[in-house]
Amino acid sequence: MRKITYREGVVEALREEMRRDERVFLLGEDIAEFGGSYKTTQGLLQEFGKERVRNTPISEAAIVGAALGSALLGMRPVAELMYIDFAGIAMDQIVNQTAKVKYMFGGKAKVPLVIRTQGGTGRSSAAQHAQSLEAWFVHVPGLKVVQPSTAYDVKGLLKASIRDDNPVFFIEHKLLYTTTSEIPDEDYIIPLGKADVKREGSDVTIVATSRMVHLSLAAADRLAAEGIQCEVVDPRTLSPLDEETILTSVGKTNKLVVVCEATPQCSFASEVAAVVAEKGFDLLDAPIQRVTSMHTPTPFAPKLEKFVTPSEEKIIAAVKKVVG
Amino acid sequence: MKALDKPLLLEIYRKMVAVRTFEETAAELFLKGQLPGFLHCYIGEEAVAAGVCAHLTPQDMITSTHRGHGHAVAKGARLDMMMAELFAKETGYCHGKGGSMHIADLDLGILGANGIVGAGVPIATGAGLALKMKGSDRVTVAFFGDGGSNTGAFYEGVNLAAVWDLPVVFLCENNQYAESTPRATHQKVKYVSDRAAAFNIPGETLDGMDVFEVYQKTGEAIGRARAGGGPTLLEARTYRFMGHFVGDPQPYRTKEEVEEWKKRDPIVLFRQRVIGEGKIGATELDAIDAAIKKEMEAAVQFARESPEPEVEAALQDIFTE
Repeated sequence: MRKITYREGVVEALREEMRRDERVFLLGEDIAEFGGSYKTTQGLLQEFGKERVRNTPISEAAIVGAALGSALLGMRPVAELMYIDFAGIAMDQIVNQTAKVKYMFGGKAKVPLVIRTQGGTGRSSAAQHAQSLEAWFVHVPGLKVVQPSTAYDVKGLLKASIRDDNPVFFIEHKLLYTTTSEIPDEDYIIPLGKADVKREGSDVTIVATSRMVHLSLAAADRLAAEGIQCEVVDPRTLSPLDEETILTSVGKTNKLVVVCEATPQCSFASEVAAVVAEKGFDLLDAPIQRVTSMHTPTPFAPKLEKFVTPSEEKIIAAVKKVVG
Repeated sequence: MKALDKPLLLEIYRKMVAVRTFEETAAELFLKGQLPGFLHCYIGEEAVAAGVCAHLTPQDMITSTHRGHGHAVAKGARLDMMMAELFAKETGYCHGKGGSMHIADLDLGILGANGIVGAGVPIATGAGLALKMKGSDRVTVAFFGDGGSNTGAFYEGVNLAAVWDLPVVFLCENNQYAESTPRATHQKVKYVSDRAAAFNIPGETLDGMDVFEVYQKTGEAIGRARAGGGPTLLEARTYRFMGHFVGDPQPYRTKEEVEEWKKRDPIVLFRQRVIGEGKIGATELDAIDAAIKKEMEAAVQFARESPEPEVEAALQDIFTE
């Protein structure tokens, strides 16, 4: 076992998959000499050269379009969008092209392509650099959506995403890059579509994503001191969703709190709540609670940003409401 | 560049007639209410697809547009499978799940028609990137229109191909209208090819009604791309004889304008030239017309008699398992 950061998890996954398969290459803004805005491609230019670590112009539509065109010809591109907020520029290429070519062409195309990006609040990045837009992509058939919360998960899930023959939208979190995990010395991958129970508990199920997993675990520690045992489930892959693990947990606790950093309307939190309401209504002893950001753009001032986003206190309040 | 000898001339003519016949047949079936969805016909622009694709092998790639039947036929697609797709049948190119605007055949290097204007351009850039990374001398041609040349995807895609010196020919089919909007009101440049200067790549405008000129000028650009000389932006001046879609009442242009362009019908121009120069006789060309007509009738029959997809198919092919 050894300890790595979330950032190192990304770099190691990219490096190992590029060594393993010469069809894997990277393209994105400032990823070569600069090593990526969040240093997630640092050192890769030196090892793999500029043919396989390709700096692009600031052209998000062309980054995704070029990734798609090359994937259709058998390459395995990993495209980086510096911020998830910039996906808007590339939305046609992601939603109308990448996600749909296989289906529209009657199944003939294979699209082994990963779009890596990062989102989330916590650095006063304001309204255009701090969003949690995962629901946009979860909404689209033909995309797999991954949102890892730990260094262990980010490495194993990114490797699985690169080996997948389908488009994967892979969302990291800007505040998680310095967090650490123990990882095994040997090669490992984490299959897509498998949730992880991050903490076992009998009283309440908390389904949380990305950085909200860490807040939920901290909240669970504090609640345990008061005698409330929370089970924290991290879906890790948002689409396809591991409904079974969530429903099994709710079957045990009979209560559900969903915690996501995104704004609430039509959010992934809403989706989890809907799935459990449809398929597990009889399991529930209390109304489902969502803990999300408030329905505002992300403010700049640290005090305001903190105010609108989920916190341990808000999670604790929601849990207490359902255990009532 | 291959010489325009008689077999090649006959092949080019056969493709132009096949496109024309396919489109006339499809339009007729559509107006009778026999085809679902909607239909954008390529009639009038045949010389562009046929002239360009005469330089391409199945290992070369194209991206296409919502007006994509001509590109597909010229790149070698089968009329029966195309027609079956228009009929939304199981035997169609996309098994009835794509329709007119999504016909693709990856084995023939047809990376798909496209329902989004301009969107094929960056995809062509990516295909060119893959060809270059694989170290081949294959090329990609991106077809798009004057309308598409105003999209962000066009600028981003051409610029990226330019900075990476990719083997891509960007072929703008300037048919004078972005749907209903005349070119003079949607772009200020005199020639779409003037925009090549913005990317510091070669650019040229050519007569898209003259297949001999299309063949010559696109051959130079394709040859340059094959030799590692990077991308070119070409503009073929052409005209669609039908509306934007079948059923378009066309209030935005006059009958006189359409008639004026029809005087330069690319198929008629071709016949006049090869017959006039004594290269090919009228009977030989007529025989091709008749053979295509027969092939088309068989294609329609195949499409009509083919089964519809089973409903389960709607849930398949979203992902590769």
